[in-house]
Amino acid sequence: MNGIIEQIYNMFEMMGMPAALLPLLPFLSIIAVLYVIIFAVARILVKKKIVHIRSASFYLFISPWIIGFLLFTIGPMIFSFYISFTNWEVVSDPKWIGTGNYQMLFKDTMFYKSLAVTFYYTLVSVPLQVVLSLAIALLMNLKLKGIYLFRTIYYLPTLVQGVAQMVLFLWIFNPNVGLVNSILGVFGIEGPTWFSSPDWAMPAVIIMSLWTVGGNMIIYLAGLSDVPTSLYEAAEIDGATTARKVWHVTLPQISPILFFNGVTSMIGAFQTFTQGFLNNGGPDNSLLFYAYYLYQNAFMWFKMGYGSALAWVLFIIILLFTVLVFRGSALWVYYETEQYGGKKRHVRKKRA
Amino acid sequence: MSAKKERKNSKTAINILAYLVLIAGGVAFLYPFVWMISASLKSLEEIAVSGMNLWPGEWRWDNYVKALTSFPFGRYLINTLLTTIFPIIGTVLSCSLVGYAFARFKVKGSGILFLLVLSTMLLPGEVTMIPQFILFKNLGMLDSLYPLIVPAFFGSPFYIFLFRQFYSRLPVGLEEAAIIDGCGYFKIWRVIFLPLSKPALIGVGVMVFMGSWNNFMGPLIYINSDKWKTLTLGLAGFQGTFATSTNLLMAAAVVITLPCIILFFAAQKAFMEGLTFSGSKEN
Repeated sequence: MNGIIEQIYNMFEMMGMPAALLPLLPFLSIIAVLYVIIFAVARILVKKKIVHIRSASFYLFISPWIIGFLLFTIGPMIFSFYISFTNWEVVSDPKWIGTGNYQMLFKDTMFYKSLAVTFYYTLVSVPLQVVLSLAIALLMNLKLKGIYLFRTIYYLPTLVQGVAQMVLFLWIFNPNVGLVNSILGVFGIEGPTWFSSPDWAMPAVIIMSLWTVGGNMIIYLAGLSDVPTSLYEAAEIDGATTARKVWHVTLPQISPILFFNGVTSMIGAFQTFTQGFLNNGGPDNSLLFYAYYLYQNAFMWFKMGYGSALAWVLFIIILLFTVLVFRGSALWVYYETEQYGGKKRHVRKKRA
Repeated sequence: MSAKKERKNSKTAINILAYLVLIAGGVAFLYPFVWMISASLKSLEEIAVSGMNLWPGEWRWDNYVKALTSFPFGRYLINTLLTTIFPIIGTVLSCSLVGYAFARFKVKGSGILFLLVLSTMLLPGEVTMIPQFILFKNLGMLDSLYPLIVPAFFGSPFYIFLFRQFYSRLPVGLEEAAIIDGCGYFKIWRVIFLPLSKPALIGVGVMVFMGSWNNFMGPLIYINSDKWKTLTLGLAGFQGTFATSTNLLMAAAVVITLPCIILFFAAQKAFMEGLTFSGSKEN
């Protein structure tokens, strides 16, 4: 605990505050003092007509976000960048070691392993997820009867919490009594040992990730229903088949959604953690996800400096990939602005 | 004429095919889910021999009793509720206020600040995870529920964006009458905008609920003592110690999933709208 915080803490403790509230009170008092100052300054500025009341109100209203941004985002980022150049095991003071952590990183075989595991997972599971959820959404968009039931069924798995999902799939992929190997057994195939096998643990995790494509599906479904019917009618007059309509009308129209969703899925996949954690990295580190390796370093071995270096490398990798995908998107993502030469992209229909 | 008929026929054929694929897929999607519930009601011996059979021969409701008494369920439930309800209140209030400011005040600097909000939306949590841990350590908040609650009161970029979008679509004249009446900007938010944004409030509330209820990494990092553990931590610990008691494990998994299912059916519209609005999901 910080010295000043500890003093405030002790003060409240002496005042006989309930123990459960004690950790909050020092922080709360600092914020309260901060706001008293902010209000006082704002008042003076407005009274002296240096700042218009509208501006003052705006900044007061967004002040929670500004404080949060400084305290929980940009402050930590700067601090993290600094400690990534230090050797710090929490108990002692951080020791400046320059690029030592980054040099160590490039010699760390586990770092490469975790990177390989995460890339394997991301590059296989994200495209599969996109294709599968889009395929289901396209089928559902045929305006069949009873689609609400199907929609609910496909969406249900996404409601199962991550740990519960893992627990469930450990048993679905159980080599002896699990569902998957039982089905394979019916066809006379002896299934692999899945989560106990270095080669098959990752395919099992990827299959598991496909179980929750319902969320993406709903998003695509909404995008599909926004495609103007006039485009389909025009295509029909030209004698287009269903397949051609999908290829030439549907896909270009929903490509912005596909793109945005693909980017967020990718960022999410890079941060996969639970599957690694609950399997202790998997057999032969086959499930040593990057985020899990980072967690191990920072919170099991308390190597905060090295952990921060790992975090920054992950950040840069995600950034690079995002930029790459954005660059590539110009080739296939279709925005209506291009078509109508500068005319504003039509705003999505208002939903009350 | 015949070409039209042909097209109609092919359309029916496509529809039938679509149904078949959807049903087959639906079975595959639903099966693990139903299996989880069914296994939670079977004896261990039955699970071992039943293979793909879902119907329990003997309904073992006492699995639930056993599962929930093998760890401090009540305590974990209360902690989970605390780390769910307070973040909902905090997020809804802070993001709605900040979103209102960004939507209705076009003052110097508001545009660039909003860009800043947007740019932090895709920031991976790993980068700030370690320093945030240090911060909460310095604040004396480690091994308490506060690190899981406090940040929610300072807004979150994605929900700020949602509220801003919502408030931007409301008619311009809305606050003018109130201003003429001498109403302050804060009161306008509280009396006019906040009540009007009920759909957004519900949507964001549901999303925050799902995120907080299912949060695993947060509690894992910040909480050590049993006293403050949440249900997800309980389930993970359970997996470690009772790995072979599938039925009890499934019972615990069902219990932790149940509130989300109930909420989903109670607020399906909010779920779907939130989801389609966001175009992203939180795990």
